[in-house]
Amino acid sequence: MRLGTILLALLSVATLPAGSADEKKITIYSTTTNFSLPVYDRNNVEYIGLLEVIEPLGRNVNSRTDGQHWKLRFNDVDAEFTAGKSRAKVRGRDIDLPGNFLLESGRGLVPVTSLGTLLPRLLGTLITFNPTSRRLFVGNVATHFTAQLSRSTPPRLVMTFSSPVNPTIATEPGKLRMSFNREPVVAPGTSTLTFDDAAIPSAVFSENNGAAEIAVNGTVALMASFSNDGRTITIAPAPQQVASPSAPAEVPGTASPAPSPSQPSAAAPGVRHFFAVVDASHGGDDRGAALSDKLAEKDVTLSLARRLRQELESRGMATLLLRDSDATLSFDQRAIFTNTAHPMVYIALHAASDGKGVRLYTAMIPAGGENNGPFVAWDTAQIHFLPASQIATQGVAAELARRQILVRTLPGPIRPLNNVIAAAIAVEVAPPGADVMDLNLPAYQQNVVSAVANGLAAVRDRLAVPR
Amino acid sequence: MIPRQFLIASGVLLAAVLALGIYAGRMRGRASQISPAVASRQPVAPPVSGPTERVTLYVAVDEPGILRSQGAEIPLPSARQQRAEELLRALLAIYLGKDSPHPLAPGAEVRAVYLVTPGVAIIDLNSAFANGHRSGVLEEELTVASLVQTLVANIPDILRVKILVDGKERETLAGHADLSDFYDTGAVALLVSQLQAVQ
Repeated sequence: MRLGTILLALLSVATLPAGSADEKKITIYSTTTNFSLPVYDRNNVEYIGLLEVIEPLGRNVNSRTDGQHWKLRFNDVDAEFTAGKSRAKVRGRDIDLPGNFLLESGRGLVPVTSLGTLLPRLLGTLITFNPTSRRLFVGNVATHFTAQLSRSTPPRLVMTFSSPVNPTIATEPGKLRMSFNREPVVAPGTSTLTFDDAAIPSAVFSENNGAAEIAVNGTVALMASFSNDGRTITIAPAPQQVASPSAPAEVPGTASPAPSPSQPSAAAPGVRHFFAVVDASHGGDDRGAALSDKLAEKDVTLSLARRLRQELESRGMATLLLRDSDATLSFDQRAIFTNTAHPMVYIALHAASDGKGVRLYTAMIPAGGENNGPFVAWDTAQIHFLPASQIATQGVAAELARRQILVRTLPGPIRPLNNVIAAAIAVEVAPPGADVMDLNLPAYQQNVVSAVANGLAAVRDRLAVPR
Repeated sequence: MIPRQFLIASGVLLAAVLALGIYAGRMRGRASQISPAVASRQPVAPPVSGPTERVTLYVAVDEPGILRSQGAEIPLPSARQQRAEELLRALLAIYLGKDSPHPLAPGAEVRAVYLVTPGVAIIDLNSAFANGHRSGVLEEELTVASLVQTLVANIPDILRVKILVDGKERETLAGHADLSDFYDTGAVALLVSQLQAVQ
């Protein structure tokens, strides 16, 4: 029966219109799984495959077609639908659908708006359905959040969620948008939150097409950082804005300013605050290298990154961690966050099981990039900053060698080094000896990051590049 | 009354069906014992016939993490594109062989090399190559540099190289080495010069 269902579903999928990025969808959240399904328009009514909705929610789910009748079984509950009729039978009782039931290649389609009444009867549990945004909650699964503005300098908007979240973050002039495509985040008491702050005046919750979004409005460039295992998102002005408040307001995600010699930075070299971005490579779905059966690269890089932040800050160098939790970040996101923060140096951390000691990499610039006037080719954005990157590697290499840690410097085709408009290096830490588990030794990690911080501190005055 | 001939013919047919059934069952059992993976794990060797030529292969050596140039005599066809493919297959034969200095995953293969004018080469790897590749900046960088430099050293006029996996663009080889862009052979030559030096 299950095989039959799959074949029927395949057949029906083949007859349905091809999906697109803008296709209508519904998202279903439950205690066992969260998933999205396509919605189909039939005679100006939105329809959905009923079996696809309930199959992930039960153990014994099947359907069969008997002429014009479509019979559905969910655990021990029976339902019967008739093609072209709006009256159905669930648990032996009649139920009226807001539109006719459709049978297409053995696949039962019901109007989307019927789910709010059909599913409680079928599943026997509480259903919360928002047909406008097409978000359906099975049971008490909603993720709530609070937003509190900390009136520190600079101000910070701390958003605390009742469950871990991993939104996609995008920026545009005047806004930082967090899209929740899989998380059952629901609106607070009111959809618009105001904070009475000049830098972060408000945030707006909205939901549409199976997803929720929180848009934080800002008058300066904003950045988001994750902590508390994805339960807390802190939004604050990008550090460069803090360092030079007289600089014109600029928002992350917009076209990056050109590293043009004719356009000096807002703060002159020497006066500019030292600010570093530390990037724990991999994270979330991307585990990086499997260093051993139990040790993933993403965990080692996060541990190294946290230690490096501490070491840099203890030397008076302000530091931003791009990833402070097990979050997924794309190469482009890492580069955009870094470039909008305008750091003096970017340090990507990697870990490896092969070899010994530490390897330092600078960007290997691919061919074909052309920087014309204020426009910078994304793939070769690093090109003007390569000398500064090499100075950074020399400083760090010298300090590692002084500590008798085996060190090697190489160019490397590693993203996002070539997209960063600041001195940018990648540090790949291999074990000190034959045992890969020694990568996790606190003393070894501390020795390496302390050397990196000392090396950068030694050359900090030579890293500023006029933009 | 059923004719005797009909009974005999039916009996013979029934026996034949039973015999064929038993034979088919045995054949299926034997076929299932042959792992398809075993067949695909064989490295693709260069052709054994034809005139041989002296070429330079750039071989990655994991310990101590260097790239070593190595002369070899291999049979090469005359067509430029096939020459490029055979060169890389000769390189892979070293990586897939016993005592490999830079082991690749079983079944790793170069599906094709396309030489596109002006000066562009496209290397198409199979998914076993990329999916089974060890993850790490240096390991992946050695592989990329080895493939690109072996092509450039033996096929003139290649300026840029693109690496695909199963005919499709891929973000990285195994999480680190960028495959989304073209490799500039000048930049790779600089990398190779540093990878050839033991530090």
